Amino acid sequence: MTESADLDEMYREIVLDHHRNPRNSEPIDAPTHEGEAINPFCGDEVHVKLHLQDGVIDHLSVTGVGCSISQAAASLMGAEIKGKTTEQIGELARQFKSLMSGGADSLESDLDVLKGVKRYPVRIKCALLAWSALEDALSG
Amino acid sequence: MPGPHGFDIDSVRQQFPILDVEINGHPLVYLDSAATSQKPQVVIDAISNYYARSNSNVHRGVHTLSQQATDIYEETREKTRALINASDSREIIYVRGTTEAINLVASTYGRQNVGEGDDVIVTAMEHHSNIVPWQILCEEKGANLKVVPMDENGDLIMEEFDRLLSDRTKIVATVHLSNALGTINPVKEMFKKARTVGAATLLDGAQSAPHMAIDVKDIDCDFLAFSGHKLYGPTGIGILYGKYDLLSQMPPYQGGGEMIASVTFEKTIYAELPAKFEAGTPHIAGTAGLGAAIDFVNEIGLDNVAAHERTLLDYSIERIGSINGVKLIGNPKHRSGVISFVVDGVHPHDVGTVLDSQGIAIRAGHHCAQPVMAHFGIPATVRASFGMYNTTNEIDRLYEGVQQVFEVFG
Repeated sequence: MTESADLDEMYREIVLDHHRNPRNSEPIDAPTHEGEAINPFCGDEVHVKLHLQDGVIDHLSVTGVGCSISQAAASLMGAEIKGKTTEQIGELARQFKSLMSGGADSLESDLDVLKGVKRYPVRIKCALLAWSALEDALSG
Repeated sequence: MPGPHGFDIDSVRQQFPILDVEINGHPLVYLDSAATSQKPQVVIDAISNYYARSNSNVHRGVHTLSQQATDIYEETREKTRALINASDSREIIYVRGTTEAINLVASTYGRQNVGEGDDVIVTAMEHHSNIVPWQILCEEKGANLKVVPMDENGDLIMEEFDRLLSDRTKIVATVHLSNALGTINPVKEMFKKARTVGAATLLDGAQSAPHMAIDVKDIDCDFLAFSGHKLYGPTGIGILYGKYDLLSQMPPYQGGGEMIASVTFEKTIYAELPAKFEAGTPHIAGTAGLGAAIDFVNEIGLDNVAAHERTLLDYSIERIGSINGVKLIGNPKHRSGVISFVVDGVHPHDVGTVLDSQGIAIRAGHHCAQPVMAHFGIPATVRASFGMYNTTNEIDRLYEGVQQVFEVFG
């Protein structure tokens, strides 16, 4: 059944694994940047703490509460941006938003596993929540 | 199969065209009537016929169509009066919905009667629409918002209500039927106590109106707010009932046309009730739909609806509550219309997406009642809420849908 296939495409095993075992969820010392994003309609939250050294994120913590997609997307984002420069991160954010809005069909990065979300328009905001928190952190 | 009082679920369902719609390849199972009910064909037709045959502005023209539109508009006011057993149709004010009705009272009666150091009492299970207008008022006036707490079952702790009441209490505003838990509150008893300290009383009937007969004389509330769209009527039309003497003394809510007796640049004389509170061209088509909805509900009989929904509620508590890994939230003594639950290890939104893939529409979230969620220490619930058209078979579909959730997230 197609709707079942669509479900499996969104709830891939790797996505559920990031939801159950979120990466980089331990607190870090002396973050240089902090940000958060809250979706007032569903109450989902993502909090991002970063440590930037010479323009590179060398430590970070990503925490939150919410649905599997918002929390898995946050974990996937954290794993992807670690060790990258803010310029590289800006490009990743642009690509990921393009994937969610249907501009790109797939991505080179590990964030590609979230592409099943775009079949569920009401859930796209869940996948983007962490990126809003990151934007909040980097703009602060 | 006809029920005990001639309630025939099949013929009821046939009157709701949306129930024939397929969602994601499955027949729709609509379990979100607490958000908004579906509409019977007679309501859809009433709106369509109004625009096709009677469209005009009310209380304006001398022409025939304007008179027809005015008749429809005022007939629905009378039907509403009868529905809630008010004394006088001038006590029925058209608003957009429950939210606007409460805001109207807060910003007119509230501003006039609540001062510094006074109290407004609400309960821990209010919808945000019966919290925020009072918070705004209290902030403006330096008054205090007091909250009647609830216990672990989702029942109000009445001793605490007694303790909160004092001669500083100016308004007691409470929800009749909790949208998140289904609790039916002992509002008649609460309002009787509120009157002993001279407080005005407001009943939020948004959820209760579709499930039970509300008699404003019996409950003896000063104000009642409810929405047409949860009562099988259209969106954008709701009712504020207020006792005549109170409404008469209140200042207007919005200024404009329709609400005046005469205007000069020096002074405006306001219109009599109910026009004083109905500035601007109202939602006339909405009143046509609401009138049809009230006729429809009366024909089916709210008592029959309540009996049918009681069966659904009991069945769902037993069936969904029996699933391993599902926890029902709240176990109030008197309840109606709603079950809220959480699934172990799976966020309500994910439950909602899996159920939707099987054509089952439920609400996942905080239900605009974040204090209720905080009370139970959860961010959100899955809520299945019932209307007259639901069946026990649909609750079986929900049961199977939850099994599917375990398969996806297992």
